[in-house]
Amino acid sequence: MILAILEISKNALSEASWEVLTAARDLAQKTNSSVAALLVGKGAQALASTLKGVGAVLVADDQRLDSFIPDAFAQIVSSAIAQKSPKIVIAPGTETGNDLMARVAARLNLGLATNCTEFVVENGALKRVTRSNWGGSLLEEVEILSSPILLTLQPHAIPAQMSDGHTPTVEALPVALSEKDFRVRMKELIPSEKKGISLTDAKVVIGGGRGMGSAEAFKMLEELASLLHNAAVGATRVATNNGWRPHSDQIGQTGAQIAPDLYIACGISGAIQHMVGCKNSKKILAINKDPEAPIFQRADYGVIGDLHQVVPALVAELKRLKGV
Amino acid sequence: MKVLVCIKRVPDTGGGFKLTADNMRVDTTNVGFAVSPHEECAVEEAIRIVEKHGGSSTVLTLGPQAAGEQLREAIAKGITGAMLLEADDYEFWDPAATAQAIAEAVKPLGFDILLFGNESADACNYQVGVRVAHLLDLPCVTGIKALEIQNNRAIAKRETKDGWEVYEVPLPAVFTVKEGINTPRHPSLRGIMSAKKVPIEQRKVTRPAPQLVRKALKKPQEGRQLEILGQGVDAVPKIIEKLREVGAI
Ligand SMILES: Cc1cc2nc3c(=O)[nH]c(=O)nc-3n(C[C@H](O)[C@H](O)[C@H](O)COP(=O)(O)OP(=O)(O)OC[C@H]3O[C@@H](n4cnc5c(N)ncnc54)[C@H](O)[C@@H]3O)c2cc1C
Ligand SMILES: Nc1ncnc2c1ncn2[C@@H]1O[C@H](COP(=O)(O)O)[C@@H](O)[C@H]1O
Repeated sequence: MILAILEISKNALSEASWEVLTAARDLAQKTNSSVAALLVGKGAQALASTLKGVGAVLVADDQRLDSFIPDAFAQIVSSAIAQKSPKIVIAPGTETGNDLMARVAARLNLGLATNCTEFVVENGALKRVTRSNWGGSLLEEVEILSSPILLTLQPHAIPAQMSDGHTPTVEALPVALSEKDFRVRMKELIPSEKKGISLTDAKVVIGGGRGMGSAEAFKMLEELASLLHNAAVGATRVATNNGWRPHSDQIGQTGAQIAPDLYIACGISGAIQHMVGCKNSKKILAINKDPEAPIFQRADYGVIGDLHQVVPALVAELKRLKGV
Repeated sequence: MKVLVCIKRVPDTGGGFKLTADNMRVDTTNVGFAVSPHEECAVEEAIRIVEKHGGSSTVLTLGPQAAGEQLREAIAKGITGAMLLEADDYEFWDPAATAQAIAEAVKPLGFDILLFGNESADACNYQVGVRVAHLLDLPCVTGIKALEIQNNRAIAKRETKDGWEVYEVPLPAVFTVKEGINTPRHPSLRGIMSAKKVPIEQRKVTRPAPQLVRKALKKPQEGRQLEILGQGVDAVPKIIEKLREVGAI
């Protein structure tokens, strides 16, 4: 059996959960086994009936599980593994998925391969996985010696496919939790103030790097963004570390992962740790005064020049076109 | 407060990775070394906790002798002690093995706060901190971007799409830290000089039987074809054209 751990977000299955189901069905087919999905949390029961194309849905629905309570969830997943003896357990490689599976792996003293992107099945058995290293700039092929095999799936690595297969049986799992499982528990959620278009939702992102030179200079990127549809401003780690922009604007391995239609990189050298955050952009346009800058090897469009001249000229031309 | 912070030495390769001939490692010839930005912030947080509440801070790494460079960098910024678990093959340690060795080394020392990066820069396993917490039977909050200590309790915050999640746990506790929790300071010249004299407590550690075994590293496909739009302001009309193509204007 392949056990697929699904994630509930706002009373629905998360996007990453559908990808996990797709991967689980694929693994089940290649290893000639079945898929059981595990849904944990308040409201899980109601969602179970919406699932198709898996053999069984295991449900741990409990009033107390009204948010992600890491150790409680880990206890439930660990006991499901003990009861059902799956060969492979796969969960989303999201923040909660990785946190949860790390706790499960620690409790069961098993290996865990996080953020997998590919699976190698030979003679009906999972032999190796490919997982993301350096935030996705490198890939690592790994053999997993412990059993059952615990995995998390890199989000967006495998496109989700819906299945109209048969309706599964639904089985309620007993929820036996101790006080200690509630030791780490969210006590409050402070809603974020919505301020403009977020980096991850924007259709155009304009990024500024060391070449901007100052916090002041970012004003022209803000102005450029205001002249475009659905645009937001981002930055490199040099810009955030210098205090020119808040860290929430940082794009890259330890910042935001963006996927706009167009990314305009201004005064950015194109370090891999930055580029891994914008590699899913449809097009990348780089403005850099150094023709040898590595970003020109990682971009679709290049402008060789001083951004302090190019950006103001672009802003002026856009204003002229718009008649403002 | 007695604070521990764990860091990992990794190659600092902004330009791109070169792999060794056997594809098992990143070629580090002529490459500098760094630690993950998350860990730099964990170091800064440890220094700030001790500045505010008193006590001591210890930086720990499992790695080669050369990782003394990263330990001394942390000391130069204000960390008070250092520990090296020496293992030349540290890149091949799986997260369970690393966690086991760290837990064994720190268990007798009774830290109040144990800080890790949310994930290491190279391996990105997302689990050493969580595993150490389990081995020491301590509560663990992952991916935090704010930490406050009050009366032997910690208030930690995680930032999500929906807002700030607030957690409160009793100490001792483990936290895995994300960049953005603070802005790390640079070491002072005096700090750099005196860091040279701080002794590093070292012991050799050997790798237990692995659960995960690296078979190879490989580079993902990169496929973009560059079109030069022009030099300087002459490129503006072409840029406008591209903006139109994506519907930005
Ligand atoms: C583990 C790890 C994680 C990291 N995570 C991130 C991350 O999440 N995000 C991130 O951004 N970085 C990250 N980094 C840092 C990264 O490696 C680079 O150091 C950083 O991205 C460089 O930023 P930059 O391009 O702004 O600066 P530089 O590399 O200094 O490049 C500046 C560029 O600006 C150009 N320039 C200068 N003046 C002008 C001008 N007037 N007009 C036009 N061009 C000009 C220069 O030619 C140069 O190419 C990480 C590093 C490590 C080790
Ligand atoms: N070799 C190591 N030495 C010291 N700390 C480590 C080591 N490997 C990982 N860590 C710590 O554990 C965190 C998570 O690592 P990982 O589970 O590999 O993503 C890192 O950010 C470090 O704080």
